[in-house]
Parts: sequence; structure tokens; C-alpha cells
Amino acid sequence: MKVAVLRFPGSNCDADALHALRRDVGVDADYVWQTDTSLDGFDAVWVPGGFSYGDYLRCGAMAARAPIMSTVRDFAGRGGLVIGACNGFQVLCESGLLPGALVRNVKQRFICQNVVLEPATQRGPWMAGVNRTITLPIAHGEGRFVCSPETLKELQDNDQIAFRYASENVNGSTEAIAGVMNATGNVLGLMPHPERATRDLVGGTDGLLLLQALKMVRTG
Amino acid sequence: MPVVRVSVTLKPSLLDSAGRTVADALHRQSFTEVTDVRIGKLIELQVTEVDEARIRQMCADLLANPVIEDFSYEVVR
Repeated sequence: MKVAVLRFPGSNCDADALHALRRDVGVDADYVWQTDTSLDGFDAVWVPGGFSYGDYLRCGAMAARAPIMSTVRDFAGRGGLVIGACNGFQVLCESGLLPGALVRNVKQRFICQNVVLEPATQRGPWMAGVNRTITLPIAHGEGRFVCSPETLKELQDNDQIAFRYASENVNGSTEAIAGVMNATGNVLGLMPHPERATRDLVGGTDGLLLLQALKMVRTG
Repeated sequence: MPVVRVSVTLKPSLLDSAGRTVADALHRQSFTEVTDVRIGKLIELQVTEVDEARIRQMCADLLANPVIEDFSYEVVR
């Protein structure tokens, strides 16, 4: 298993992700620059957090149109594993790989704290091993998930809601949604940072419960 | 060269929390006639020619996110 950690100008969780993947999850990982167009040799894609392109126009809007993203779209279309955390989630929504959008937190403030997350399903490769609530850090100003009533119904009918904020709906997301998947379950986006919870030294290891998915999937 | 002025606003169904905060501030400054504030973006495009179908496509594909935003445009000169 080798994970491509994408890098855009303004990404800032790319190094955390690479480090957590290699040292704590125990899989191979390497950076892929946004103007590259190949994912050859990679079995999964990580779209990292940060402020890609300085959040110009909308969070994730510019990164979603970077050259690598059409390759990611093809990769996901073939069933490849893709995860986006925080800004990565915003990029995946802007690119059309995930439904909905992320807008300004309802209280207008950047929120940096731990949150308790309730898994809404165990469907698909990412969620199969998440059999309990997990605590992960969030750090965002624009994490309020919104979508049309029709999209919400689709998400519910297709079992695409991955995580909900369990104790408090901190950012005012529709239905307290913290993470969603595509219809086939191989693309996951979430506002919390699993890569920041992979060892006790940084405050917890619950991120591993999610990221162990990378070790369960057969590659090649 | 013609200039196209695109305005992008949050859909009316979405809470504009920044707009609400500005409305509260206006009320505190005794502009009590203001009942609502919506904040959007103004984007000016300088183009070699005006092709409305292409302008609408630019708006729908990139300048606005149809999930959360509405757009309108006018050719200003």
C-alpha cells in the first residue's frame, strides 16, 4: 500500500499526513505535486488540510481545478481509495467527487478543539473498521456542511453519511454531518483530522481506527 | 475591451452569518431600517468579446458554486 499525499500551494497538513502514514499507520507514502498528472504506483490518495491557494474564491475551489485532480477523478472512478481531511474535504466537494459544500461556521469563528464523532455507517472500505465513537481534532473556519434537501435525501438513502458530530454540532452543519462518502464508498471527506490523532503523544490514537482501512485493502 | 461584472451571492436558503453580524452592527449604529444583509462577491472580467453562453458557463463552472451560490452578471462597458 502506497499513499499519494497531494500538495497544493498553501497545503499545511501534508507533512503531518506523510509522517502519520509512514510512522504510525505503517504504510508507504510519498508527496505528489499538484501539477503532476500521474498516480502510477499509488494505491490511495490523501488530499491534505491547509489553505490551498490561500482559499481564493472559495475554500478548495482552485485546488479542485489543479491538473492532478482530473487524475484523481479517474483514480476514484476506478474504485481507488481517496480521503480528504479539512481543506481536503473542501477540495473533494469543489471537484465534484463528493456532494455538498462547506461554508463559514455558523458562529463565524475558527474552531480548534477535539470533537467526538459518531460513525453513521460501517459501509465501505473506509468505515468498515470504525465500530465506535472516536475523538479527533478539528481546526477550521469553514466547516459547516450544507447541501440541498434532495442531496441530503440521497445521502441518507445511499448510506453516504460517514460521521456526525456526537456531542455538539460545533459548526452548524446540516444534520451535524462531519464527513460524507461518495455513492461507492471509496471516497471519504471529513472536516476532522485523523492524521493528528495517531499517537498518544499528540493527544490520542483514534485516527488509527479510521486509517487502518489503508492496511485492510488489497493492493496491486 | 468589454467588462463583465459578475456578482455571486449565497443562496437565500443559506444562513449568511457574516451578513447577520453586519446587520447587527448597523442596528447598533441606529440604522434600524435595515432588516437583512447579504454579503457576496463582485468579480470583474475583462474579455475580448461578450459571449453570454460562455459567461454563464464560467459562472456555473468556477466563479460560483451552484450548491451554495447564485450568480448574475451584466456587461458594463
